[in-house]
Amino acid sequence: MSDQRLEIDHVSKRYGDVVALREMTFDVRAGELFGFVGRNGSGKTTTMRIALGVLAADAGEVRWDGSRLTLETRRRIGYMPEERGLYPRMKVGEQLVYLARLRGLTKERAVRSVDVWLDRLGVAERRGDEVQKLSLGNQQRVQLAAALVHDPSILVLDEPFSGLDPLAVDVMSQVLRDKRDEGIPVLFSSHQLDLVERLCDRVGIVREGEMVACGAVDELRTGGQERLVVDAPAARPGWAAGLPGVTVCGQEGTKTVLELGEGADDQAVLRAALATGPVREFTPRRPRLTELFRHVVSDDPATGSATGAGGEGRAA
Amino acid sequence: MNTGTAVGMVARREIATRMRSKAYLIVTGIMIVSILGLIIAVKVVGGSSAGKLGVLDGSLGVPLRSAAAAVGVHVTVRTVPDRAAGERQVRSGELDALVVGRPPEVVVKKNLPDDLRNVLNVLARQQALDEQIIKAGGDPAAVERAVAGASVHVRALVPGGAFRGERIAVGVVAGILVYLALMIYGQTVAQGVVEEKASRIVEILLTAIRPWQLMLGKVVGIGVTGLTQMFLVASVGVTAALLSGTMHIPASLLTGAAAWGIVWFLLGFLVYALLFAAMGSLVSRQEDAGSVVGPVMILIIVPYVLGISILPADPENGLLRVLSLIPLFAPTLMPMRVALGVPAWELGTALGLTVLLAMALVGLAGRIYSNAVLRMGSRIRLSDAWRAA
Repeated sequence: MSDQRLEIDHVSKRYGDVVALREMTFDVRAGELFGFVGRNGSGKTTTMRIALGVLAADAGEVRWDGSRLTLETRRRIGYMPEERGLYPRMKVGEQLVYLARLRGLTKERAVRSVDVWLDRLGVAERRGDEVQKLSLGNQQRVQLAAALVHDPSILVLDEPFSGLDPLAVDVMSQVLRDKRDEGIPVLFSSHQLDLVERLCDRVGIVREGEMVACGAVDELRTGGQERLVVDAPAARPGWAAGLPGVTVCGQEGTKTVLELGEGADDQAVLRAALATGPVREFTPRRPRLTELFRHVVSDDPATGSATGAGGEGRAA
Repeated sequence: MNTGTAVGMVARREIATRMRSKAYLIVTGIMIVSILGLIIAVKVVGGSSAGKLGVLDGSLGVPLRSAAAAVGVHVTVRTVPDRAAGERQVRSGELDALVVGRPPEVVVKKNLPDDLRNVLNVLARQQALDEQIIKAGGDPAAVERAVAGASVHVRALVPGGAFRGERIAVGVVAGILVYLALMIYGQTVAQGVVEEKASRIVEILLTAIRPWQLMLGKVVGIGVTGLTQMFLVASVGVTAALLSGTMHIPASLLTGAAAWGIVWFLLGFLVYALLFAAMGSLVSRQEDAGSVVGPVMILIIVPYVLGISILPADPENGLLRVLSLIPLFAPTLMPMRVALGVPAWELGTALGLTVLLAMALVGLAGRIYSNAVLRMGSRIRLSDAWRAA
């Protein structure tokens, strides 16, 4: 199999004076689930719309399988736009068959595929209903079906999890995993960071139109400041204050949360803790994606840069 | 996928969803019922008798009716048993007049309507003439046959004079139908474009096909929907008019007017649908649609109102002759002018110019639509939509 990566390469976009994307660069590899996170208005949707060709970039290009995306290749993308798009007064089944056929499926294949996906997504019995008569959650399932019916080679989903109930979240997650396992690149954006953390092979964090952190979730977590949780019940408050390079972040009951700075020695911390009495717990705590996200996104650009940002850019 | 397939698929969806809609069936039904109603009304009004005449002598019926036909009115003739009974019926209003004796004496309630007076004068003269013919040894029936065949032959220097009243009626009906169809289906195109934008499905559609394919498919699909309706209504109208004998103008004139009405609907629809599609693409919400389609609607309404208020009285009106050659106004004005009689070169010029405009608009509207249809949010200025790539 050739290198069927989806590459976003130095894509820039301005709206008048507002810079929406500044040399956005990352890639989604074949068989990879890539989570795209960032605050509202940070450029996730703009990036996806450019990848889909519904918005023109000012500079940079989007490639799949090594060559620039054209209408022909874009038709192989399964796309779920941020603001859902279906004909409200058209019946679910007819609508999905129509969308599949627009992408070149024969009538028979389209009908079969629609049956399969409606069944799989649990909305088979709504086949003959108008879309507007469905609950929002079911509309979302139909929307996902619309992205999948033509058996896409790439998936680009903008906020696929928003508004779903927990069961639907499970169904959606499983579908995304399955698609990844089929070997296609899957890109989705979400604000549900725990979900992204659990689901994704790699994560990209955007801020103000730039990719500020990009890599495997574990990689990113180790890239953040390391914290230590020390449970020393007999210790007096302030026991760790004098240790070099160590900042006390907080107290959780008898546990003290410490942040180790550059050159700090965790063994020195352990010795200091043992000196106060028994130590019940001594664990490095890796930041969760949420903390990492806050850290990366709320700082000013100079300090926010984490590992792997724009790492795979190449000359356009 | 090639262009034809893409446009065809979009068009088929439009046709399928729109023709099945209740609104479409209802509007088609209303149009057919209205045109049938109109024809029946004309038949009833036009065919009603100018008056009910009572006679004592039943043999007067035939000469009375032929006298009425010569004047151009219909009369009902009824034989009454005696003069007293006849006068009672005149008094009660059952009869308009009682004709007694020879030369005829006419009994009326108060006065004799003018057209009945004309009929009875013709009858009196005919009776006087018959008497003179008999006195001269002639055969009144033979004379009558010879006279009946004689009439003037009219040669008009400017065409369109004959059957003027009916031509005006046909022209007005054709004008109204084309106007309604352009308004209904033009706006349907605009609404369809805005619907796709508002529901954001346009983003999904345009990852599969090109913007102008979507636009053209929509225009073609809605056009076929409208054409089907126009064709149905026009066929029912022409058939009913011919079968009922309401119309006295030649059938070719009637079918010609209907055919031209359909041609102008098609051309006008193409021009206006493209304008409506381009304007619709500028807004993202149905609430904003009115503000952009308004100017286009005015282009349809103004010539229609001018035409329908001036042409029946003055088919040769100079202003309307000029306006009807302008491509944007021709589709509403020409269907009326065709029925009233229009020189071939004027019709040809208007057709040619409108076809040229339609061809130019495919490109112009396509460009505006392609630039604007994916830009969500507030209304886009036309100049921005034109420039932006």
